[in-house]
Amino acid sequence: MLRRFVWAVLSLVVVLSLNGCGYNDLQSQDEQIKAGWSEVLNQYQRRADLVPNLVNVVKGYASHEKEVLTQVTAARAQVGQIKISPELANDPQALQKFQAAQGQLSSALSRLLVVSENYPQLKADSLFRDLQAQLEGTENRITVARNRYIQTVQVYNTTVRKFPTNLTAKMFGMAVKPNFSVENEKAISNAPAVNFDAKPTP
Amino acid sequence: MLRLNRIGLRQYLFGVLIGIFVAVTAHAEVAVPLLASRVTDLTQTLNAQQRQTIASQLAELEQHKGAQIAVLLVPTTQPETIEQYARRVLDVWKLGRKGVDDGALLLIAKDDHAVRIETQYGLEGVIPDAIAKRIIAEDITPFFKRDDIYGGIEAGLSRLSRLVEGEPLPPPRQKSLSWSSAQDYFPILLFGVFIIGGFLRMVFGHLLGASIASVIIGGLIWLLMGTLIFSVIGAVIAFVFVLLGGGGGGLGGWSSGGGGWSSGSGGGFSGGGGFGGGGGASGRW
Repeated sequence: MLRRFVWAVLSLVVVLSLNGCGYNDLQSQDEQIKAGWSEVLNQYQRRADLVPNLVNVVKGYASHEKEVLTQVTAARAQVGQIKISPELANDPQALQKFQAAQGQLSSALSRLLVVSENYPQLKADSLFRDLQAQLEGTENRITVARNRYIQTVQVYNTTVRKFPTNLTAKMFGMAVKPNFSVENEKAISNAPAVNFDAKPTP
Repeated sequence: MLRLNRIGLRQYLFGVLIGIFVAVTAHAEVAVPLLASRVTDLTQTLNAQQRQTIASQLAELEQHKGAQIAVLLVPTTQPETIEQYARRVLDVWKLGRKGVDDGALLLIAKDDHAVRIETQYGLEGVIPDAIAKRIIAEDITPFFKRDDIYGGIEAGLSRLSRLVEGEPLPPPRQKSLSWSSAQDYFPILLFGVFIIGGFLRMVFGHLLGASIASVIIGGLIWLLMGTLIFSVIGAVIAFVFVLLGGGGGGLGGWSSGGGGWSSGSGGGFSGGGGFGGGGGASGRW
């Protein structure tokens, strides 16, 4: 009777101390990362869904801007080719590829919007304006989702590397996860060339 | 060798510079003001009566539909974009009811000539980005261009309110007890120690009764707060408390935790715990 009681207390202590070794923290943070990643994918998908409509509207007014339009369509196709899965977030190389494709779509879309500035009729089209507002909103949502994801991954990675939770993480095979990097790293690290000598185009 | 050193030094200096830059920009961000009213004007643009009018309209909307909309006027959001700042404000203010997330913010950066409607998740459906953009372009900025800030806010909010009125949201609750704070559990735990402890002591005797009570209390605290250290402390206190037969000794330690009761019922306005992810639209004038 007493022995059984002692065992019960001991096992309770073991269960309680699981919290101290960070197992529960690791699990809940891992789950948070998954949710955050789903949100990121969700918003990227939302943007990809907007692209065909946007291209169609622009085509109606500026059909001879073939180059930009094909760039956007190609980038959209590239994004669609990447097989999206939750495991993507754990593979640094796949994540980088995913990022590169999305970054390409971002720059193609911004070029499209710059080009559309030259077409007053297009800019006045209410459908185009709505699509543009949706695109802006989606880009903003992507930024928010990415920021939140970066933060949750950071918290998780810190837990995985800190003592004593790193022992638990190692025991259960939970590795540090790759994080998003700045999308246009190269563009930022290269100083922009400002040339005052250039002759103004007549 | 010398060359290597120089490169190392240069990189080091670069790193220091980046560090200083980050530290400076982190400090230069515009702080999120305290949420005390539905209309927060840091630019002294609106007079007291105008603030009152807007606030009472928004209060009426909340009473009617439960949705929380707030207005914030700041001089500038630099160095952040208005989108980033709006999100940061809403992450702190938590407008909208918890779970329903029916909140929105009308943010005006007066010197930047920028305005943004930022929605929480629950209002993304009734105020989609395209509609928010239209409200800004058609209702708000025409007034702002004539320097009529109040008129623009009024026009924008009345259209927002009409949209929200048409949305079937869950009805507002009259009065909600907040059980979120862990402190609120202490009085219950205290009762638990009294009743269960007394009972256990009667059945099992002093020593066994006290140990069982301490295990139960420790487990409860661990479940509620999720920290082992507090649960151990609680268990020890419960053990002593029950063992000594419920004297006044342990009481002083517990009652300090009971202060959570009175808080949270202030007269001002506070967010309901809503959440969002960057919905809405911005515009300039």
